[in-house]
Amino acid sequence: MANTPEELSYTKDHEWVRTKGEQATVGITDHAQQQLGDVVYVELPKVGDKFESGEPFGSVESVKAVSEIYMPLSGTVVEVNSTLNDAPEKVNEDPYGDGWMVVVQLGNASEVDALLTAAEYEDYIKEEASE
Amino acid sequence: MRYIPNSPDERRSMLESIGYERIEQLFEQIPENVRSTEPLGIGPPVSEPDLLAYFRELASTNATDFQSFLGAGAYSHHIPVVIDPLISRSEFFTAYTPYQPELSQGTLQYIFEFQTMICQLTGMEVANASMYDGSTALSEAVLMASRVTRRNKFIIADSVHPQYREVVDAYTHNLGFEIDLVRCGQTGPLDLNSVRAGKDTAAIIVQSPNFFGCVEDLKAIADAAHEQGALLIVAVAEAMSFGALRSPGACGADIVVAEGQSFGIPLSYGGPYVGLFATLEKYIRQIPGRLVGETRDSNGRRGYVLTLSTREQHIRREKATSNICTNQGLFALMATIYLATMGRRGVQEVARQNLQKAHYAAEEIAKLDGFGLKFAAPFFNEFVVRTPERASEVARRLLDKKILGGIALETYYPELKDSLLVCVTEVAKREAIDRLVSALAG
Repeated sequence: MANTPEELSYTKDHEWVRTKGEQATVGITDHAQQQLGDVVYVELPKVGDKFESGEPFGSVESVKAVSEIYMPLSGTVVEVNSTLNDAPEKVNEDPYGDGWMVVVQLGNASEVDALLTAAEYEDYIKEEASE
Repeated sequence: MRYIPNSPDERRSMLESIGYERIEQLFEQIPENVRSTEPLGIGPPVSEPDLLAYFRELASTNATDFQSFLGAGAYSHHIPVVIDPLISRSEFFTAYTPYQPELSQGTLQYIFEFQTMICQLTGMEVANASMYDGSTALSEAVLMASRVTRRNKFIIADSVHPQYREVVDAYTHNLGFEIDLVRCGQTGPLDLNSVRAGKDTAAIIVQSPNFFGCVEDLKAIADAAHEQGALLIVAVAEAMSFGALRSPGACGADIVVAEGQSFGIPLSYGGPYVGLFATLEKYIRQIPGRLVGETRDSNGRRGYVLTLSTREQHIRREKATSNICTNQGLFALMATIYLATMGRRGVQEVARQNLQKAHYAAEEIAKLDGFGLKFAAPFFNEFVVRTPERASEVARRLLDKKILGGIALETYYPELKDSLLVCVTEVAKREAIDRLVSALAG
């Protein structure tokens, strides 16, 4: 069973968000990394890149497939986890910690309210699995 | 495609089941003004012996006894006889990388060897399984440079093969790229002073030896590109030059593309040929096309696989690095057999003969009254002759003496009316070169 920390927010595209003031850290969920299998490459944006919420901001490549990762909130990238260049397996090992991907400066902080809670996300993946 | 026989009755019943009476009705979706209603203008039926006689007569009008000094992207080299029987083996004789590729270990092995030899020739770290030809390989390099740098301004020397530039334009026409052309018709090699690279430049694109035959100072151009965070893309139209010149990789190139025709592939009126594509390992996920890798199976034995397919169209759909999902298999095989047959020293020897014969020809022509070499830059097997009269006129006169003496550059560079592009390869005997020189003398 996938781990879904209570204090984070989630999207239906399987990203997690940790907000702190006007900034948010983004990664992919434990459930997502389990589904993808061994991650071999993570393609991330550059610091300064701007995204609308829902826009793809990079991709995660596993041995099976390449999947887009989508920006949960509009904003500007202020930090990128460049350690993933050499150690993409951190996405599998520690998706909510060392496997984080970007930090964004939020363009519209109220968008956070539209994200899923941990309980809602868990319901959503159960629903997805039963389909 | 499989052969499925069907009789008129079966065709009628198939039409019936989809509610049609005649085959022609299936084409009614096509607008009438583009449908042909006239019978094809191929004349009345002819008996088989008459038809054969007709084609024999047509074939006899081909000129086969001309001495050619044409290059400009298609080069006449000796083709070892071993190539044809080997590629004709049924295990090999396909243009495609196979579906379920891992079933065809031998095919993957030769592609892996091809990639290895292309890396050795270009001085690069990774090469793909091949592209359609030099021009499409260059176009893919431009797209890749844009992905790598996330920039879309390019600087291209007009001494890159004019047809390659046209293909690049076709590939990039609707992508909003800005492509600056730098004129080289007066300088020969690229004059770096006329290159305006900036922080938004994705790549500088040159050909070396360039369309005028001049060898470019790749090291200096690489430095100029890298200073701005841009890539250097090097196109090579005459792959045999790898046997004589310092490799583009050693000079700092980021992407090297080439036309591989020189390696055992017949001229065939301009194609099909094979494109070579090589780059640095750090860009491996941005490479277009197929890539064969070596690995170990579960018993530890060596095996070959198609690797990094996740970049490709059949898996990554519209986000793929390219719409090429295949390679020029049969021609890559020809090049592989050529390179394996000649070996490192063989390729170097062929290149040395090209170099010496071309320089002999150039020196002799330059001694003629009114003739000279247009550019002072070093060259491999191709050079531009300055002619005392219009070059197209000179070339036409040589035809009367059964010599294809060169290409009048005016065709591609209207300002270069007195310039004849001459190519001399290892197949030109000394007597043939001397005949060209005396024919030019008049």
